Amino acid sequence: MGGKAVIEKINLHIHCGELTVIIGPNGAGKTTLLKAILGEVPHIGKLQFARSDRKEARGRPKIGYVPQRFEIDAHAPVSVMDLFSATLAKWPVWFGHRRKITEAALKMLAQVQVAHLADERLGKLSTGQLQRVLLALALTPAPDILLLDEPTAGMDPAGAALFYDIISKLRHDYDLSIILVSHELPVVAQFADRILLLNRTVLCDGPPHQVLSNKLLVETLGNDVIIPAPPAEERFTAHNRRRQECDTRSATGLPQRSTP
Amino acid sequence: MMELWHNVIGRLPFDWAQYAFMHNALLAVIIITPLLALLGCMVISNQMTFFSDAIGHATLAGIALGAIMGMNDPFWAMIIFAAMLTLAVTFLRRLSTAPSDAVIGLVMAFAVALGVVLLSRGGGFARYSKYLIGDILTIMPPEIFRMLLVVAAVAVIWTLLFNSIFLAGLNRSLARSRGLNIWPTETVFALLVALVVATTIPWIGLLVINSMLILPAIAARNLAQSMRGYIFWSIGLALVSGAAGLLSSYYLGTATGATIVLCAFACFVATLVFRKR
Repeated sequence: MGGKAVIEKINLHIHCGELTVIIGPNGAGKTTLLKAILGEVPHIGKLQFARSDRKEARGRPKIGYVPQRFEIDAHAPVSVMDLFSATLAKWPVWFGHRRKITEAALKMLAQVQVAHLADERLGKLSTGQLQRVLLALALTPAPDILLLDEPTAGMDPAGAALFYDIISKLRHDYDLSIILVSHELPVVAQFADRILLLNRTVLCDGPPHQVLSNKLLVETLGNDVIIPAPPAEERFTAHNRRRQECDTRSATGLPQRSTP
Repeated sequence: MMELWHNVIGRLPFDWAQYAFMHNALLAVIIITPLLALLGCMVISNQMTFFSDAIGHATLAGIALGAIMGMNDPFWAMIIFAAMLTLAVTFLRRLSTAPSDAVIGLVMAFAVALGVVLLSRGGGFARYSKYLIGDILTIMPPEIFRMLLVVAAVAVIWTLLFNSIFLAGLNRSLARSRGLNIWPTETVFALLVALVVATTIPWIGLLVINSMLILPAIAARNLAQSMRGYIFWSIGLALVSGAAGLLSSYYLGTATGATIVLCAFACFVATLVFRKR
């Protein structure tokens, strides 16, 4: 409202198999950036989606999205399978679930270790379980880009660790581009391939050892932020080699300006 | 078809079963209550309780406009007016800065006032009180047939759009990320609610129509663990309270619509005892 740009001049390439973490202070426009990619907030500029054969793909890339807060009525009579069925098929949920859908859902739920909860009501799940269900949903069918908005907010440390382990594994298994918004620097340092410091525009962008040692980080996030030791650099040379191999299968240019 | 129905019900060994108007009313109840319950499930899930109540009240203006235009049966005037109000609410919600329920309250107040003013010209309001209370005992086979057409329309839209409506009500961001166009989906659903409410008001009465819509669904929520259970419990409870309400109203000599609502409320209280944890 008011036509003020929330974020501007953003230009980045996202590669497949890469976990990009967006950090920044409150109000920096992290969620807005994700919503711009989703097409939920109006923006100037465009998203380009390139495939490895260098031909520009038609239409929008398939985007998997796990919202920041999945607010749901705790007593809603909605089971995990209902959620999958409604998202993946036109066949009305209450007529029953199609076998193809059930199988696809169970397979993906097993990947995130919640297959036993398929018939449970959404309101009965813990925060961690619900987030993993939503992750499984975002991954069915396999997306080109996965957007995660503070997925571990409100989770206990064990749950968060499990979540990041799963994400980390999936990124390689499915060659996914993941964009993750997070406040948890220690976790970010451990799992990110690339960190993006955002405060209305991109202040700093690069592998963790570069960004975490940049003095802009303390300037932006404040003096009391505890900056974890960046992981060893060689971890990323291996990753960069892989990046060359898969090249720009899902490279995107992001919106340059966004006005909600 | 109707003869078969009269034959079957007429053989039942009850006092009420010898009257043709009770046969018609029973058939209408068997059609109307599940229809309302089915829609009611999504009205609750999509937080449209106040909207459906408003549409019910606002059809009073539709009845008034129909009467002014000299219609004996203001059916079409009610449907068209309800549809126009639905669109007005949808547009005002997008244009205005007021909260959604305030916009609905505003439109409802306008339509009810308009209806009362038009119907009370020359002190003739009492003639229209049947729309407030409803009278299912006067329903005739052609009107039952019209109801069946509405059921068919609902069935088609329900099959095509159910998942979209469900998803839009569950979480908007998630729905949008799945490429769902929320605004048209919700508008079609709102129009459907308006159509069903306007069609059933002469038989149920606009004072209690909303309870009939939402009570079975609220009761079903206490019992169901999934969407399937939710819908089936809701339809089942609606049928039970519909039949019980109709027969009680026959023996008690009370207005049928309101009696059905009391039965549905009793169902709701009963489900509180068995509610899931």
